[in-house]
Amino acid sequence: MSSTNLNKAVSPEAGPDATPQAHDSASSKSSGWAVFTFFMIGFVGSLLAGWILFPELLYSQKNQPIDFNHAVHLDAVTDGCDSCHYFREDGSFSGMPDLAACEDCHQEAMTDNPEEVKFVEEYVTPGIEVPWLNHSKQPDCVFFSHAAHVQGADMSCASCHGDIGTSEHTRVYEENRITGYSRDIWGQSISRLGKPGPGDPRPMKMNDCAECHEDETGHKGACFQCHK
Amino acid sequence: MKEKHSNTPAKRYGMIIDLDKCTGCGACMVGCYAENNIPFKPDETNKLDSINWIRVFKLTNHKPYPETEICYLPMPCMQCDGVGKHGHSPCVSVCPAVATDYNYDTGIISQIYTRCFGCRYCMAACPYHARKFNWWDPVWPADMEKYLSPNVSPRMRGVVEKCSFCFHRYQLAREKAYMEKRTDLAEGEYQTACADACPTKAITFGDLNNKDHAVYKLKNSPNAFRLLERLETNPKVYYLTTKKWVRKAGDNYLAHEEPETLKTRIKEHH
Repeated sequence: MSSTNLNKAVSPEAGPDATPQAHDSASSKSSGWAVFTFFMIGFVGSLLAGWILFPELLYSQKNQPIDFNHAVHLDAVTDGCDSCHYFREDGSFSGMPDLAACEDCHQEAMTDNPEEVKFVEEYVTPGIEVPWLNHSKQPDCVFFSHAAHVQGADMSCASCHGDIGTSEHTRVYEENRITGYSRDIWGQSISRLGKPGPGDPRPMKMNDCAECHEDETGHKGACFQCHK
Repeated sequence: MKEKHSNTPAKRYGMIIDLDKCTGCGACMVGCYAENNIPFKPDETNKLDSINWIRVFKLTNHKPYPETEICYLPMPCMQCDGVGKHGHSPCVSVCPAVATDYNYDTGIISQIYTRCFGCRYCMAACPYHARKFNWWDPVWPADMEKYLSPNVSPRMRGVVEKCSFCFHRYQLAREKAYMEKRTDLAEGEYQTACADACPTKAITFGDLNNKDHAVYKLKNSPNAFRLLERLETNPKVYYLTTKKWVRKAGDNYLAHEEPETLKTRIKEHH
């Protein structure tokens, strides 16, 4: 009696070799299923935490200082994106317009829109540059030439930045708490599977650059092509 | 490894340094420091761990007065092509991290600081001591950080850096060319900071493959030589001198060897 008890007690840990009796194999089989079930619960739980909870923790959310309406501006200007995001003669790209460029039109509020009134009161009147959050900011070691892509390869702004020109509100800026970069660089999909939808900005990691270069030009290029 | 990066004809950017014109003033070094955000120590007396992308060496013929002669020799990265111009330069072939590669468009050897993990194999492999190691994070005195160039990324502790032939200037010149719908650059559009800074115009920079560039003719001058040519690193930095002893200082010659006869031997070998 006592020896049977002993056998049962050791069987789950000692494995099949330690339980020669036939009537014990059934109980070890059922406990094996229990272990497997608990393992799977833990495994799936960790995966869910990793894929759903972790991104929530990884990214902090910020709003742009002004809720900018691209659609309204795109209707009002004559030169499309180039009206505010223009190339200089030396080939450098102006990027986000500075306050002086905005002041060309917004010396005073043109409408009753609360965001515009806020913009004029908080930034234009005291002469403070708007601290826009840049979704596409790259690390210091990256050399990106807008001229090569837009002037040289005739690419549209939307092919990388998405249909930002038709947006009526600014998006939430999600900042990686560890690296400080925007979530747009990694891409919205945390697993980086699948392609971004039409109108969505494209992810901008090095692999994304290399992939497109390989497709379009047949080679990834040398390091110095995109690094400085 | 692919031997071509684009469909445009390959360039081989190179430098000719006329040692007879060099006065050893060091303007090239100063220009390089400012252009490339090169860090320096509060006390630079210990040159062993100094960082510089171009360094002016002082040569002497070791003769007593009145035959004493001095020559100053500025040394940037030699941008070696390797045997047969296949980009098999000493540093590129040893890098385990692919942090340095040969650009087949320009012949310029890159150095990617964020990729480098500081093993310093490349420093050991480089026969010209062109590569320097960052033993410390750079510290800029007072407000100097605000004067750093945004076109060159500053380095961090634990990585190797070296002369890039001011590659960012090539990139910026290309941006302007894109705006003007051009594919080629004029000779003057892409010049290195050291070439610009040299007051005696001892440094000439350009495309060694382009017959219209000054360097094309200068490299074929009978006074031209390269450093440690016997190693067959095939550098793209040439030196000009009329002085035989200077030319002889460019390699480890035995007493009976003459640079001229040696050059022929190397040519025959390949």
